[in-house]
Amino acid sequence: MADRGAETLLEIRDLKIEATIYPPGEPARDITIVDGVSLTLQQGKVLGLIGESGAGKSTIGLSAMSYGRGGVRLTGGTIRLSGQEIRTASHAALRALRGHTVTYVAQSAAAAFNPAKRLMEQVIETTLQHGLASRAEAEARAVGLFAELGLPNPKTFGQRYPHQVSGGQLQRAMTAMALCPKPDLVIFDEPTTALDVTTQIDVLAAIKKAIRDTGVAALYITHDLAVVAQVSDDIMVLRNGKMVEYGPVAQIIEAPQQDYTRALVSVRQIEHVEAKAEGEPVLSVDQVTARYRGTHFDVLSKVTVDLRPGQTLAVVGESGSGKSTLARAITGLLPPRSGSIRFCGRTLAPALAQRTRDDLRELQMIYQMADVAMNPRHTVGTIIGRPLEFYFGLRGDEKRKKIQQLLDEIEMGSGFIDRYPAELSGGQKQRVCIARALAAKPKLIICDEVTSALDPLVADGILKLLLNLQKIEGVAYLFITHDLATVKAIADSIAVMYRGEVVRYGAKSDVLAPPFDDYTDLLLSSVPEMKIGWLEEVITHRKMESAGN
Amino acid sequence: MHPVVKLLAQRIALGILLLLAASVLIFGGTQILPGDVAQAILGQQATPVALANLRAQMGLNDPAYIRYFHWLFGAMHGDFGTSLANGSDVATDIAGRLANTLFLAATAAIIAVPTAITLGLISVRYQGRWPDKVISAVTLATVSVPEFLLGYILMFFLAVEYPIAPSVSTIYDSMGFFEKLHAIVLPVMVLVLVVLGHMMRMTRAAILNVMQSAYIETAELKGIRPFLVIFRHAFPNAVSPVVNVVMINLAYLVVGVVVVEVVFVFPGMGQYLVDHVAKRDVPVVQACGLVFAAVYIGLNMLADVISILANPRLRHPK
Repeated sequence: MADRGAETLLEIRDLKIEATIYPPGEPARDITIVDGVSLTLQQGKVLGLIGESGAGKSTIGLSAMSYGRGGVRLTGGTIRLSGQEIRTASHAALRALRGHTVTYVAQSAAAAFNPAKRLMEQVIETTLQHGLASRAEAEARAVGLFAELGLPNPKTFGQRYPHQVSGGQLQRAMTAMALCPKPDLVIFDEPTTALDVTTQIDVLAAIKKAIRDTGVAALYITHDLAVVAQVSDDIMVLRNGKMVEYGPVAQIIEAPQQDYTRALVSVRQIEHVEAKAEGEPVLSVDQVTARYRGTHFDVLSKVTVDLRPGQTLAVVGESGSGKSTLARAITGLLPPRSGSIRFCGRTLAPALAQRTRDDLRELQMIYQMADVAMNPRHTVGTIIGRPLEFYFGLRGDEKRKKIQQLLDEIEMGSGFIDRYPAELSGGQKQRVCIARALAAKPKLIICDEVTSALDPLVADGILKLLLNLQKIEGVAYLFITHDLATVKAIADSIAVMYRGEVVRYGAKSDVLAPPFDDYTDLLLSSVPEMKIGWLEEVITHRKMESAGN
Repeated sequence: MHPVVKLLAQRIALGILLLLAASVLIFGGTQILPGDVAQAILGQQATPVALANLRAQMGLNDPAYIRYFHWLFGAMHGDFGTSLANGSDVATDIAGRLANTLFLAATAAIIAVPTAITLGLISVRYQGRWPDKVISAVTLATVSVPEFLLGYILMFFLAVEYPIAPSVSTIYDSMGFFEKLHAIVLPVMVLVLVVLGHMMRMTRAAILNVMQSAYIETAELKGIRPFLVIFRHAFPNAVSPVVNVVMINLAYLVVGVVVVEVVFVFPGMGQYLVDHVAKRDVPVVQACGLVFAAVYIGLNMLADVISILANPRLRHPK
């Protein structure tokens, strides 16, 4: 690829991107999404675009196809692709370029594939559309790409419909779709963010290999610096539509110049010393087995865990491991088929409807999607005030005082009391949900992936807040997550779940120390590390192990 | 068994059950009508003995459920009894009328359905621009004008001022296919204009709904021409709602065209039914009711079947 590397493929200068927003009750106005960003990409190189949500990284990525999502307009600067100015190019010229010279891999392949068409039809569509090959040639090329990307049964894989293959496979199929017309540039827009950590590593390795083998250049967009460090040559850090820092990977990771970059690099390094497992458990789950109605297999099978007062039990596993179902069983939403749940020294009724008001009050829940867990037509004050009214009968000034106190506890201040959820950021919404749970004065809060939808820095803030509140209120957490870094940061004890069973359970220091069982080992080694060459190390290590077996 | 086969079997069984329920309603409805069939036949001057004899002869003294099963059994064998008005065989009369109505409806449908879908696709392609607005306004106008008025307007222009089609659409068995086709030009035009708007607007709405999906953006980013994006990527995912509204309109074309038939003197089911209702011809009314119910249920069942078959998740389970 060195021979191709000399030529400039993509050159963006002083890019300005605007959109019109329509705030409720106010006149429409234009906002600037990206302001004065410049970048250069050589042929065959990979540039990582990194930043939090709203940083403008996807918008910049799509500008390489001169595409504005929704009402987004590319209003200033130049975008030159192989020397051709494309920002102001005609629709016809852009159609010739999209799907041919530049292709796109979306975050959620599950949504980005047309459910009504077979995968092969979609993968070779552009190749045929742009007249680049005959159908037979295109299909042969697609099958080759399927094989290269490690998809099962590459010859027949394309005959399937999107719903018939897994998320990780779809993401690879989308990469095959992007590579099939032999583009010069591929835009990867968070291609592994929606995947389990164990799947992410395979897809990441497949993408990296495909980039290397085909010599294609890429823009790799992600919010995870550890991931982008594995695949990129250069990294650009973005914040609020402006460039923060731009340089080779090694410099960004090892010697960041800007405070913001330093914060990103040092994210997820909260230290939490585990507490000893002392005292009567606040929650004892004993041999709980559960299945959903109308199905014929147990989603939970003989799950047994304990949680001490004022401590945190982290339940980790991939999607489908049964960790959220465990929460549903504990809260009574899914009555177990067998086994018992003891809470604060009493045995809980299996079904929610049979539980006492105190059972409900002392066991609260916080969800992954804070925005859908709140009524958008209620103010923050109403949302937090509801449990105060319902459980304690607080009214008027008394209630308002208590709400203000809770807002102080979640570090938001009383100015938010009359705001609506839509006016809050993602992190603030999650804080309001935490305050609502705390308002009931619970003994136990079940946190179901509460930081998964948040940017790393915001997630760190939430974790710190939860740890703080635990110290003040003495509340216990059952913390459900797929993210091992989060587990390390807050857990006292850990239960690793796999296919409905607890495969490893104990104090944090025991669970995270060798010797590991196979699954925990796989899970731990799949967490991306903020270091260059980590991906190769893991892949080589795994190959050696499987060769040794 | 393949889950689709199971689903389809369920739908068909449900359709049959529904048709039976409809037959009960139709029979029950004609029973509670005031008046007496024997009286209706013999007239006001009939003697009580003659009435009693006729009642016994027609089995009118049997309990209602026995008569219902007699009727249903006959209907299942194609025997709808004889008309009280003229003594002819109802099944034979209906067969001819139904053939005429289906001919009219099918001709209208063959023109209306593709036109409506094409107009829907064009509306989506030029959403909010002038083609969309023109299509919307015109179809809305034709839907809003009463059918009989539409009929007379067309008659005035196309039969009187510029005579290209006859104003009377009566067709006979002796006519050739193209002669018949020429005879029904005006009623077909009216029917097309009446159903076009509904189908076109539903197609437009269903496709616009799908246009929000992420896979449409994928298709745009593949550099596919806008019309192909709509036709190839959006439309297959909008088949289900479109088929449903198409079937409702087809059913309307078969059972709801009384006014148009009267305006153009077309010998179809609607006119037949209206004539015989006026004469209290119970066997004919029952038979027409059953045929209309069967058409409605059958077409909606067909819509369900097509929706199921159009869903890849059902056709190709994991």
